[in-house]
Amino acid sequence: MKTITVLTPTGTLGYGFGAEALKRGMSLDPDVIAVDAGSTDPGPHYLGSGEPLVSRFSMKRELRDLIRASRRAGIPVIVGSAGGAGSHRHVEWTADIVREIAAEEGLRFRLGCVLADIDRERARRAIRAGEVRDFEAGADFSEAALDETVELVAQMGHEPLAAALDGGADVVIAGRACDDSTIAAFPIWCGADPGLSIHMGKILECGAFSAEPFAMDVMLGTVDRSGFVLEPGSLGRRASVTSVAAHSLYEREDPFRQAGPGHELDLRNCRFEQVTERQVRVSGSHFMPTSDYWIKLEGARLAGYRSISVAGVRCPTMIGRIDGILEEARAKAEAYFAPERLQIVFHVYGRDGVMRALEPTREIRSHELGLVIEVVARDQELAHGACHFVSGSLLHYSYPGQFNTAGNLAFPYSPSEIDAGPVYEFSAYHLMKVDSATECFPVHFEDL
Amino acid sequence: MTRPLREHAQIIRSKNAGPYRLTFDILFRDAETFRRVWESEAVTRETVSRAFGIGSNQITSLFPVPMGNAIKITLRRPLPQGAVGESDMYGCQQHTPLLDLPVPDRG
Repeated sequence: MKTITVLTPTGTLGYGFGAEALKRGMSLDPDVIAVDAGSTDPGPHYLGSGEPLVSRFSMKRELRDLIRASRRAGIPVIVGSAGGAGSHRHVEWTADIVREIAAEEGLRFRLGCVLADIDRERARRAIRAGEVRDFEAGADFSEAALDETVELVAQMGHEPLAAALDGGADVVIAGRACDDSTIAAFPIWCGADPGLSIHMGKILECGAFSAEPFAMDVMLGTVDRSGFVLEPGSLGRRASVTSVAAHSLYEREDPFRQAGPGHELDLRNCRFEQVTERQVRVSGSHFMPTSDYWIKLEGARLAGYRSISVAGVRCPTMIGRIDGILEEARAKAEAYFAPERLQIVFHVYGRDGVMRALEPTREIRSHELGLVIEVVARDQELAHGACHFVSGSLLHYSYPGQFNTAGNLAFPYSPSEIDAGPVYEFSAYHLMKVDSATECFPVHFEDL
Repeated sequence: MTRPLREHAQIIRSKNAGPYRLTFDILFRDAETFRRVWESEAVTRETVSRAFGIGSNQITSLFPVPMGNAIKITLRRPLPQGAVGESDMYGCQQHTPLLDLPVPDRG
């Protein structure tokens, strides 16, 4: 087997990369450009709403650079978790941008789109067969939770991406995919060791976050028979044993055993070696297929509509009583709007706005507090009205020892309420057993 | 004598590990510092749960990572990422109680 070089332009497509780093990276003759465009990290909103994570401008600008570079070099481009959450709406949005680029640049190529949406009845069958199990959510994925779910996707492994390459796709736009698999698909398709390829994918998927200085920028990985070598695209960065080993810990619980679609990686015997000033070689990653193939479901449900109000509190007498005052305002709003169900949340910056339940410092040490009043209700109008009611109650609340009877809150804005739209929460983060790696991830081809 | 962890570690950070976990990485400059801090038992399920004011059963794992000169701790999130009432979408500002964990000086 010849070595396979993957160029990953950035950690998340749409977040930018250096033009010089891409140019230099392309001069090293990569065999594929592979990049992920999302994950669960920005939260459940993008999955639920179908809104793309980045602007159309950013996606088009970056895809144009990558498609042009790849067509010149005659190599494929693979984009995983398109649009942010990788639902069909995100895949269609991205594919539409690819079509525009092809037309504008006068390029002809084969587009392969891989969908990651999970059919409701397929999921229901799995729930009834006991073939859905909790991953970390702490509760089962019930049929009731399925019925509430507005979008349901699953992370594909490398196999559906390989199917797109089998079909001759030059540009692959995939729905939700395990980040590592997006990067590993091409090397595995070419015959590289899956353990090394997936481990390389794990490190490359964040672009030059594994380099020093770290950035959203170009990173390259070259896999051979017994290991892989990492190198940043930009000569202004280097890969070091420390930067790569540190990155192996990032955003995951267990750095030694990592589960993915249909497999587990055993990284206990990994070795990291500095081979040149800017290159690190990794070896010893071990691939273990699981006896059954499980995929990770990600679902979102609508929790209601949100309005917020932002205000500051400067008076020390109000700050001294803030806990009691907020609870009274909450109780008053709940009674006033009953039987409507409201979720009222106070984010009290200067007290525990950042860490909430995990905040160990209980006494307030700040001379001012920043208050974000949040109300989630069944519709936007009710949320807005209730949020205004709460901020109004706090503004005119009277308490013993009050010096300033003119108003308790400093609002930076009028209107004091901002409508934040629909609120989505995760409804599924569970594993589902499938008959095969490709069963739930169909590929569609289109010659542009 | 003790000195806070921030005087021994190079990086102390928190981040989501999926929507239901917060993971903390404590990275040391070299193997010697890592080993000294790990062996001092300054970072254990007990010291970490006390620093955050949580039950030690909320810690899902804590282990040394010699290949990265690191200690890794993972907690259950009090609320899932993005749930109503949650405050840190990326989980990247939850590390501060670790900065001041007391580490006994050698001797």
